[in-house]
Amino acid sequence: MGFLDRIFREPRWGVHPDDHKRPAADAPLRILPPPARLYLPLHQHVGGAARPVVLVGQKVLKGELLAAAQGNISAPIHAPVSGVVSAIGEVTAPHASGLSFAAITVESDFEGRWIDTDPVADPFALAPEEIARRTALAGVVGLGGATFPAAVKFALGKRLAVSTLIVNGGECEPYLSSDDRIMRDSADQVVDGARIVMHAIGAREALVGIEDNKPEAIAAMRIAAAAYPEVKICPVPARYPMGSDKQLIQTLTGKEVPADARAAEVGVLVHNVSTCAAVHKAIRLGQPLVERIVTINGGAVAHPGNIFAPLGTLVDELLAFTGLLAPPARLILGGPMMGTPLLHGKVPLVKGASGILAFSAQEAVIPEAGPCIRCGNCTRACPMGLLPLEMAARIRVGELDGAVDFMLSDCISCGCCAYVCPSHIPLVQYFSHAKGELAGRERAKLRSDAAKRLIDARVVRLEREAREKSAAAARRKAERAAAKAKAEAEAVNATAATTTAEGEPA
Amino acid sequence: MLIAVGSLALMGLALGAVLGTAARYLAVAENPVESQLKEMLPGSQCGQCGFVGCAQAAAALAAGTAPVTLCPPGGRALAAALAAKLGIKVDLSAVSDAGPQVAEVAEEICIGCCRCIKACPTDAVVGAAKQIHNVIREACTGCGACIDRCPTEAMTLAPIPVSLQHWVWPKPVLAPVGAALREA
Repeated sequence: MGFLDRIFREPRWGVHPDDHKRPAADAPLRILPPPARLYLPLHQHVGGAARPVVLVGQKVLKGELLAAAQGNISAPIHAPVSGVVSAIGEVTAPHASGLSFAAITVESDFEGRWIDTDPVADPFALAPEEIARRTALAGVVGLGGATFPAAVKFALGKRLAVSTLIVNGGECEPYLSSDDRIMRDSADQVVDGARIVMHAIGAREALVGIEDNKPEAIAAMRIAAAAYPEVKICPVPARYPMGSDKQLIQTLTGKEVPADARAAEVGVLVHNVSTCAAVHKAIRLGQPLVERIVTINGGAVAHPGNIFAPLGTLVDELLAFTGLLAPPARLILGGPMMGTPLLHGKVPLVKGASGILAFSAQEAVIPEAGPCIRCGNCTRACPMGLLPLEMAARIRVGELDGAVDFMLSDCISCGCCAYVCPSHIPLVQYFSHAKGELAGRERAKLRSDAAKRLIDARVVRLEREAREKSAAAARRKAERAAAKAKAEAEAVNATAATTTAEGEPA
Repeated sequence: MLIAVGSLALMGLALGAVLGTAARYLAVAENPVESQLKEMLPGSQCGQCGFVGCAQAAAALAAGTAPVTLCPPGGRALAAALAAKLGIKVDLSAVSDAGPQVAEVAEEICIGCCRCIKACPTDAVVGAAKQIHNVIREACTGCGACIDRCPTEAMTLAPIPVSLQHWVWPKPVLAPVGAALREA
């Protein structure tokens, strides 16, 4: 990378926060002993919630199907331990609202017996559709945090004839190092998974984008990919949000994904490094996604590092494993820029959870927001080229349509604007609020349209009923009249007959 | 000069006559704003506004004889939309907005009289004579037309519980501008 290259490739957007990745990233991976009880939410992915296929009291093996995918975009859930299904009910969701959602509880028998897996020795002999099918059955979803079902993306890539697979090893969020760790420890799995994904989508090359603040991961991946010239390791400048798909695509290929379009439409598909490793396990070993690497970091953690833990483990149990220096002042699922604040630690680890941050009181200070001084820092930082100050000013007075005119829909909620704001205005919170409100309005509109259709149908029905009623009444009246006429006619005939009979000579 | 003045005056008179005739014979019978307002109203004809139905309410709104806050099922959002449409300013803080609601049947009190079924504008209530009735939540608009028909008070309106998919981040609460300056 030459000097000029450096100038031209250095992105003009984004921010460069202190990354806080070490020492957690350098600590060797630890394996969590499976806890006694695991909580497997049915909705750990984008799309429809999975449908339970087990009964309470049923014995399950590790990797056994607990809930099947439901609908076109969905993913199944598997048992991360062998044991007994002890409950199917509600648990607190790892979500800022603290609301609950449906989950299956499995009590471990501590034996860890796997189901009979169906490993594939040569995945490249399989049809791409078969790889997509096996990936879907293994419940693999985007592990970078988006949790979009991987197999659905394969089908999309195949359909739109994608030429390039981008493997996302950006991991630009501060504090997180789970992707870094998987590239250092299991580079072979990541590269093999990437090659399987390439085969599944028919891509000719794979570009692995890794931020240059992870030299160990770059070195390990270079060794693993040495034998495969189609897999190229591309260090990218460390700049937040490099791990966002649109930014990474632009940095690696120079292509810009249009607003309201998907990455596949410009001929690329992005998969996270951890997703590639999960695809490797799903195809080569036949193992469904039941465990993941999660970073435990933050000022309140005694021994920060990466933990290999079964899905469904409670956050509190993970924190107890790494030890706490003090009760955390704030818990965050994911990174500090885009993560979800948790109200407490009694929530399960889900597929999309790349990290859990326990912040000390010192780290968790929220500065008081002041008025906007129109400095324009947020505009320079915005990786999507938006005007955060203008959007927030409109949302603040409830003028959501005004914010939509400033392309609120293009906002990726990366948080760069709020990070650089000298007045500490919680800009992203405005945008999240507005996006939720707008989605709610859209739903209300659909609902009122549906109600109008029902009302129209009822009016038609009432008219039809009235018509049928009057027709039936008319018919009855006609019948009665006919009967009466007939009776009269008969009476006349009878009289006539009597008269005739009487008139006849005896 | 006289010819110019004369011809312009003639043209003015002729065109004025055309316009005047057109205004009389091609007049729009209904106020176009009225039909637009009618589109915005829920259309459930529940009558909570005091008018017979939504069309009559829309007519009153267009004539300016009814306040934009007249529709209880529409809540604050509809009042704001109506005010924007009519170009008037309104204080929405007084509008009670219970949020979206749906009707519920208390199954232990329902006697299966079928009166609510007949009242429902969207056919959201299912049931038969002497059978417990129930409400299809997706079809119920929360208009409350069934509430007064129920002889045993088994029908109630309840707010739709917030689910994970419908939860919305709260709007940030800002200190009033100037507070920081006053302190400094």
